[in-house]
Amino acid sequence: MEFIKNGKRIDNRLPNELRPIKFEVGALERADGSCYVEHGGNKVIAAVYGPRAVHPRHLQEANRAIVRFRYNMASFSVEERRRPGPDRRSIEISKVSREAIDPVIIKEFYPRSTIDIFVEILQADAGTRSAGINAASVALADAGVPMRGLISSCAVGKVDNTVVLDLVKEEDNLGQADMPIAMDVRTGEVTLLQMDGHLTLDEFEEALELGKVGCASIAQMQRDALITKYRGEEDE
Amino acid sequence: MKKQEKIDKTIVVPGDLLSEDAAKAGEGTYVENGKVYALIYGLADEREKTRVIPLSGKYLPAIGDVVIGMVADISFSNWKVDINSPYEALMHISEYPRRIESSEMAKIMGVGDLAMFKVVDVDPSMKIELAPREGQLRVLRSGRIVEVSYTKVPRVIGRAGSMISLLKSKLDVNIFVGKNGRIWINGKAEDEDLAVRVIKRIEQEAHTSGLTDRITKMLEEENHGVH
Repeated sequence: MEFIKNGKRIDNRLPNELRPIKFEVGALERADGSCYVEHGGNKVIAAVYGPRAVHPRHLQEANRAIVRFRYNMASFSVEERRRPGPDRRSIEISKVSREAIDPVIIKEFYPRSTIDIFVEILQADAGTRSAGINAASVALADAGVPMRGLISSCAVGKVDNTVVLDLVKEEDNLGQADMPIAMDVRTGEVTLLQMDGHLTLDEFEEALELGKVGCASIAQMQRDALITKYRGEEDE
Repeated sequence: MKKQEKIDKTIVVPGDLLSEDAAKAGEGTYVENGKVYALIYGLADEREKTRVIPLSGKYLPAIGDVVIGMVADISFSNWKVDINSPYEALMHISEYPRRIESSEMAKIMGVGDLAMFKVVDVDPSMKIELAPREGQLRVLRSGRIVEVSYTKVPRVIGRAGSMISLLKSKLDVNIFVGKNGRIWINGKAEDEDLAVRVIKRIEQEAHTSGLTDRITKMLEEENHGVH
């Protein structure tokens, strides 16, 4: 399959171009914080509850809050119906996503409590873990959770021997490499970096740089979305 | 009526650079390499200290706060009280003004009863101890409770109590605002209705400027309709 023709990708994007992204803060009435994200063909909703009492109690920590993250794909999120419930893949994504966001949360303010993050993938089109992390990060801010910064995430990869930003499903499934990255853009601290496929050392460095640029654009969108929530009401 | 000064506050998100002066770092901020950054999502306030006023979040009790709590459970010697916070608070039997037996506790204040409490102790692991407000336990048996986010409480009260005295003067109701965002209103049913509407409006528009003026206008219009 040919992925790049005349410098354009299969969905007409440039190699360093993100898909269209939309953030909606406070999409859920009953959650403490929430965010709905459309990232190309991905549709993701994140809900944050807490800090709240920990159940079961033995998980509680005496001097800080714990953070729990559940990534879940809806059975209708992919073309062929997915069996509902956690599987090996979604358990792993829950773990790495939690670890991607955990470092910026100030947990010491809320001993003996939990901050629960739920990410539901309503529609999937490659890069759902990144979309989930982006949504969760905004939802945490919306919930008023103290954080050192927002975590932004996007994927980079390789198709037709070219390093490209933000893969779509065809590029992810049939391409040569896929590498999701999550980071705090202000400090440059990378909190998630996974890779599937093969990159040379030079390509890896090129991909990492491209990913950082992508994360920086997403960080700006996350910030704008949070500010718009109250600006919009203010301009009435 | 004093005009509410325009809020020249900007909305900030966690990680936003607020100031280069670490000595001025206040609530809702953190210092890294001598610079002050926002720790929470909220409104930046640069008046005396650089601080961030939260727009959301959970109430954390502090010693001296007066809150409205609801009895959740009664144990041998403590009332367990829900104070709209991640943590349950306790009021010990000995805090009650006179000596009582354990068996009398439920009669004095049963599960589901609401009362005003003072936070007398908060320890580092967030064990919270309560006492009756002003030494006398008053269980709220009439009126109603409105819940708002604790972050909106300063706006419901207003600068130097301006908003709350406005409400009390224009409406024939008794209002008590707990630090935890629970508000007790007691009066005639239609006055209570209006008070609830006004408080909900204040909550919705808490981050905007000129709020007192708009509430004054709302109260005038609605009062004409009622009377």
